[in-house]
Amino acid sequence: MSISRPDLDFGRQTLLVRIPGGAASFRLETRTVLVCFAVLLLSLLLAAVALATGDFAVPLPEVLRALTGGGDPMTQTVVTQWRLPRVLMALVLGAALGMSGAIFQSLTRNPLGSPDIIGFNTGAYTGALLVILAVGGSYWQVAAGALAGGILTALAVYLLAFRRGSHGFRLIIVGIGMSAMLAAFNHWLILQAELEAAMAAAVWGAGSLNGITWEQAGPAVLVVVVVSAAVLGVSRRMRMLEMGDDAARALGVRAEPTRLLLLILGVALTAAATAVAGPIAFVALAAPQLARRLCGNAGISLLPSALLGSLLLVASDLAAQRLFAPIQLPVGVVTVSIGGIYLIWLLAREARK
Amino acid sequence: MAGTPSWRLLVLLIAAVALVGASLLSLGVGAKFIDVSDVVAAFLNPQDSVNHAIVLESRLPRTLMGIAVGLSLGVAGALIQAITRNPLADPGILGVNAGASFAMIVAIGLLGISSLTAYIWFAFAGAVLTTAAVYVIGTSGRNVVNPIRLTLAGVALGAVLTGIGSGLTLLNPKAFDHLRSWSIGSLDQRTMDMVATVAPFMAAGLVIALFAVGGLNAMALGDDLATSLGSNVNRTRILAVLAITLLSGSATAAVGAIGFVGLMIPHVARWVMGPDQRWIMAATLLFSPILLLVSDVVGRIAVPGELPVGVVTAFIGAPVLIALARRKKVSGL
Repeated sequence: MSISRPDLDFGRQTLLVRIPGGAASFRLETRTVLVCFAVLLLSLLLAAVALATGDFAVPLPEVLRALTGGGDPMTQTVVTQWRLPRVLMALVLGAALGMSGAIFQSLTRNPLGSPDIIGFNTGAYTGALLVILAVGGSYWQVAAGALAGGILTALAVYLLAFRRGSHGFRLIIVGIGMSAMLAAFNHWLILQAELEAAMAAAVWGAGSLNGITWEQAGPAVLVVVVVSAAVLGVSRRMRMLEMGDDAARALGVRAEPTRLLLLILGVALTAAATAVAGPIAFVALAAPQLARRLCGNAGISLLPSALLGSLLLVASDLAAQRLFAPIQLPVGVVTVSIGGIYLIWLLAREARK
Repeated sequence: MAGTPSWRLLVLLIAAVALVGASLLSLGVGAKFIDVSDVVAAFLNPQDSVNHAIVLESRLPRTLMGIAVGLSLGVAGALIQAITRNPLADPGILGVNAGASFAMIVAIGLLGISSLTAYIWFAFAGAVLTTAAVYVIGTSGRNVVNPIRLTLAGVALGAVLTGIGSGLTLLNPKAFDHLRSWSIGSLDQRTMDMVATVAPFMAAGLVIALFAVGGLNAMALGDDLATSLGSNVNRTRILAVLAITLLSGSATAAVGAIGFVGLMIPHVARWVMGPDQRWIMAATLLFSPILLLVSDVVGRIAVPGELPVGVVTAFIGAPVLIALARRKKVSGL
């Protein structure tokens, strides 16, 4: 593989990557690469802090030893069994949410686009609420209820919006209607419930990574990795779809199947996150916009969005654990605050230029 | 036929009649059914009867509040969708709901206030301050309004306040308990005093909206084209933001967060009336109170002990919206 400067000046600094033998070659924007590395580095740093600190502090060298299978058993249990699944989940689910947000913002060509558009999270909340309020519900029952509710809602929205093609605008409108109905129903359920059950449901509804174990994390990681690979495979067609159905068709992209595929992949990413941690708000909405502004891109890009999603969730989860310790806030409460403040700061800075 | 002036006038006429009908229903239907003749008699020839007392003292303020809140939310929604050109925009996008809720949480949780009248002022102040902050962030104090940045600033600030607010409520069960009933929106237990408190703000908002409407049609062509046609895009946006703040701020303060009216009615109005913003605004003025009053009436009789209007609104409105969206041609913004 060789990396060189292109002969042509594209106006922005780019790097030309060639794989020997002419198998593939592509251009990378220097700034995007740098931003991605910086964000990744920062996420890993925060992850290390999350592994090392807490009620039982472990020095960093000890953390490394525990991760590689050494160290004393107590430290190893704390690091690899208690803290690692949670940190890993924050990284992976953050990436999943960021990527899913990027897909939906690209599909709807709308900065307010997010998986909520298709009603998945609202439906998942309804499913979880019914389980929590009706049967109390173990972790797995709630997760199953959420998945069922979310998938049914997304399916209903897609089918109701489908009429000789799922026009993007119609999808938005049907999604609004469906979400509004379910949100009203959710509100009413919470209003009817006993205070204690209602608050438990509200904590789930905010999204929380408290008490995540390997049992729960394993399947989610698998789903996210597989789906992300598939998303990167269709990303070129997604780009073309952004230009409008007609232009995309002229370039040889089958618009409707591609859109359906992207919808399914986006929902799958959100579903993995929601099943494990509840509907964590705002990451999907903010990550693509933050990535766009940091990289200075014109449009939405997948990989930077995913990395920023990770950073946002890891940072938020760290804050949720430590900020008001011993009280453990749901991470979703912190995501919106941190993400929101950061977005405000970026907007203000952008405006000053 | 759709789009001709006579068709539009006919629609408005029918809507006006429907609004009168909905008002009569709202005055007559409830835990105790009262005849139309008795309702009319209560106004023309009030007597010392129980029925007349119910109509005049409990149902009249409720109905007036429903009309005022409905048209405020509808007009605010039509304005925000027009100036941001975004079909997902509702009045809440400028942070009105988040600001009002946050102020309520502070009032209940930290200051221990618990009277409906005091809530109004807190919620209104919260809504106005938040929208002002969104405006400053979205324009960076330079008075050039970029709709995308304004939208994102509203979403971001709204998220921050919601996040801090729900953090506070999860730590404070009493505030949580109060807020869960407020956050759904209800017309129950509204008095004439409360109507009188918010009415001046709503009236001011409507007048300002009237001044903004003229510029909205040009704005739909895009900022550049509108400017070259001699329309002052910026002035229109500033007027619209001001009107939205007054209208939805006072409505939210008075009855709680009713999300769906401002989002849905402008879409319906546009599909019925065509793209002219003046007609959209006129239709919205009539359609929104109808939806709110009918929802309120349905909520009174649907279950024993009443459903809050915010719940019913979504269940009546959403199917209509979805059915309309499935028509052959839906126009975007």
